[in-house]
Amino acid sequence: MSARNSATRTIRGEKNLQDITTAHPDGIGGSPLRPDGTLKVRGEFAYSSDLWHEDMLWGMALRSPHAHARILSIDTTEALTQPGVYAVMTHEDIPGSKYYGLEIQDQPALAFGKVRYHGEAVAIVAADHPETARRALAKIKVEYEVLAPITTEEHCQNPETFGYVHEPEEYRGHASGNVVHSQKVVSGLGVNDDVRAMADVVVVGEYEVGMQDQAFLGPESGLAVPAEDGGIDLYIATQWLHVDRQQVAPVLGLPENKVRLTLAGVGGAFGGREDLSMQIHACLLAQRTGKPVKIVYSREESFFGHVHRHPAKMRYEHGATRDGRLVYMDARIVLDGGAYASASPAVVGNASSLSVGPYEVPNVNVLAIAYYSNNPSCGAMRGFGAVQACFAYETQLDRLAAELGMDPVELRQLNAVSQGSHLPTGQVIDAPAPVAELLQKVKDLPLPPPLDTEHHLDIRELPGALSNTSHGEGIVRGVGYAVGLKNVGFSEGFDDYSTARVRLEVIGGEPVAMVHTAMAEVGQGGVTVHGQIARTELGVEQVTIHPANTEVGSAGSTSASRQTYMTGGAVKLAAEAVRNELFNLGRSRYGWTYNDLSLIGGKVVSASAGVLISMVDLLGDQAIDLTREHHHRPTVPFDKETGQGFGHVQYTFCAHRAVVDVDVELGLVKVVELAAAQDVGKALNPLSVIGQIQGGSTQGLGLAVMEEIITKDGKVRNPSFTDYLIPTILDTPPQPVEIMELADPNAPYGLRGVGEAPTLSSTPAIVSAIRAATGLALNRVPVRPEHITGT
Amino acid sequence: MRVTFNANGRPVEADDVWEGESLLFMLRERLGLPGSKNACEQGECGSCTVYLDGSPVCSCLVAAGQVQDREVRTVEGLADDENGLDPVQQAFIDAGAVQCGFCTPGLLVQTHDLLEREPQPSDSDIREALSGNLCRCTGYEKIMDAVRLASARKCSSNSSEVSQ
Repeated sequence: MSARNSATRTIRGEKNLQDITTAHPDGIGGSPLRPDGTLKVRGEFAYSSDLWHEDMLWGMALRSPHAHARILSIDTTEALTQPGVYAVMTHEDIPGSKYYGLEIQDQPALAFGKVRYHGEAVAIVAADHPETARRALAKIKVEYEVLAPITTEEHCQNPETFGYVHEPEEYRGHASGNVVHSQKVVSGLGVNDDVRAMADVVVVGEYEVGMQDQAFLGPESGLAVPAEDGGIDLYIATQWLHVDRQQVAPVLGLPENKVRLTLAGVGGAFGGREDLSMQIHACLLAQRTGKPVKIVYSREESFFGHVHRHPAKMRYEHGATRDGRLVYMDARIVLDGGAYASASPAVVGNASSLSVGPYEVPNVNVLAIAYYSNNPSCGAMRGFGAVQACFAYETQLDRLAAELGMDPVELRQLNAVSQGSHLPTGQVIDAPAPVAELLQKVKDLPLPPPLDTEHHLDIRELPGALSNTSHGEGIVRGVGYAVGLKNVGFSEGFDDYSTARVRLEVIGGEPVAMVHTAMAEVGQGGVTVHGQIARTELGVEQVTIHPANTEVGSAGSTSASRQTYMTGGAVKLAAEAVRNELFNLGRSRYGWTYNDLSLIGGKVVSASAGVLISMVDLLGDQAIDLTREHHHRPTVPFDKETGQGFGHVQYTFCAHRAVVDVDVELGLVKVVELAAAQDVGKALNPLSVIGQIQGGSTQGLGLAVMEEIITKDGKVRNPSFTDYLIPTILDTPPQPVEIMELADPNAPYGLRGVGEAPTLSSTPAIVSAIRAATGLALNRVPVRPEHITGT
Repeated sequence: MRVTFNANGRPVEADDVWEGESLLFMLRERLGLPGSKNACEQGECGSCTVYLDGSPVCSCLVAAGQVQDREVRTVEGLADDENGLDPVQQAFIDAGAVQCGFCTPGLLVQTHDLLEREPQPSDSDIREALSGNLCRCTGYEKIMDAVRLASARKCSSNSSEVSQ
């Protein structure tokens, strides 16, 4: 214990918050070990794909080979006659609603009429063995009339010529035609000729971001078990149990209370589990067969089974004075939403409202728009609309610095927001915003030593590594910087509250706290933090984490960097309520009049009178069991025409410095070092915070130099880990991390959501470093070898 | 078909194995050993890594029938019942190398093998040895820390054994 981090930390912030000290080494500010760590290293942690039930069947989906086609007929006769097959279902067999969706219910649970993307589910089977199910799928005869896919911006903009993804009479989007959603932001004078005339220097660029995949390692999977009451118990890997239930129950024709969800082990998420995948299919098959049904996607099916990061095409124009002050920004951000809406409206909201980055720009004009198309559906992925914009505005800042002959870090610092700055939405940043300081921190870190192939040659450290493509010749080093702006929590008026239940009782002669929430632990370490909060607030040693399920109220989504803030905040509220109840028990029983009570080391302590009683003696056989909801401060929707509004809960900032070696002859890139600095408000668990920053930065590295789902005419060409590459340990460099802890006075413990910000600036910092090494423009990510060699 | 082999030091038998099944499927679905993970089923991710006769292999690429009469050791067989976790397992927990944990079983077997062969690997040795194991959560830094920690602990416990 003594070796663990138990340092006292002080929060600094606008309102000079009460100092919070770590009373317990495994309380907040410490780095206790994960409660699920031992199970995970022993191979005993039950992931959703590990579930097993007696009499269990295997479910599987038949998927469309076409990106756009009319379904003329589906014949399941032959599949049904295959021995071992228990059910074959199409849309005709759905007992309830045929549609579902996160924000707009526009996605059929099983396709009917048309298929709108390559891989859309058309029919499902349940069988006694996965191979039986596969063979049954091959016997389902679907007759398609293939239609021309709507895949480009030009197609989407001209439905009269190229057609509609959703027929006008079926259209459910927020806008019209093939537009899912659009959002403008206009501030200051907007951007017009008069404003342009105020700038001495103008840079204009067009940028592209490819379609990135979350590529979580644990494939979509779960087990649906029919219950005696006619309901379904679903054991599932998801990011938000309650929103899954809200979408599943209507399709099954069941009231929500008949659909009970329990979180199974989740093998990563990164946004890819916000939408439903196999949930409805497993439940439909279980309902139909009366048997438990398990569905586990293969990697290939996983690529078709979840949404991706929106590919973006962006035009940015910045004007600045000769001394480097930004005068205006004009931006148009076009996102390909794919076949169904998913989270596109919220992604558009983020892309538009965060489009300017962490800079003060007096005059702004922005349009962000998401189209429907016959490309794969896109929705949530870590960074959520802010990643695409960050690549564009950070590239612009580099170009502006070059144009002005300024140091790129100094230009950023000159224009950086700080506490009190107005963003283009009119929202004032009312918490610390140390953007200039974060940039300085990464800049001040020592640089890695230069490549020395004369005295030390290890090809594993070079671009190309073990492919033995270079022994140092043709390799040029570059350094680049970037910083980003991300929001925390759900925005635009959404009340994404969290619920927590805390129970305190004596077990085995010790006070024990139990924390029960519906929070999806997807690997981020929320369960560790919940234990830390309970220990800190209740002065107990022992904390048990109840399995996450729908027996307790919603915890909202494990996304938007929000869970420690929101559900952590709910655990804090519930624990505080339990503590007050315990004090009241002592007051009524012993007539205490102290107002200086706290719980330390299992005892009730008065600052003036010392130890009053042990919690064990005070509680006796009584349990205190309280549930609390945590709501963040309210936000409002952005004005449709101007984008004005207090739309975001909290802002978060991360800066990166990337050092790369580029083999300029072969176009291979080795990221040598990727340094990050981030303000986290308060590091509740420093070990986990650093893990989040390094993990997020690495996903940004993937987008910078390798990750892209390639489509041709709407068809996915690389749905495998052979062809869709994510960074390996050889591709990933040392990642020094600098943490700042400037408290946000509005947040529990002053904390700031951590998970997403590092994914933003990592990508442009790396590409900036490649530009520095090569002198190339590189306006598109991922940067591929041919972009560097020009071949 | 029936397949009999040794799993984690114990003789096991799987019945009704379809010829197309992998070692991974047989371990997970027929023998109650779901610790080895299926994340790609084509040998790209390393999540299913097990020892086969002492060599690490992707169990998704080994046909179930190929292990007849052979020795398989999975993540479930790394911990010693008497001494608890293997130093590699403990180091992964202590260093924060486990987030979602889906890649962990494969990485543990691969790291275990590396440290058996090379007790004090350089950073480049570690990166080379683990380059077939994908992790999506950690950015690998904490995994590097874990391997260095396991190496240091194993070496210090070996040297203290020698000095005694």
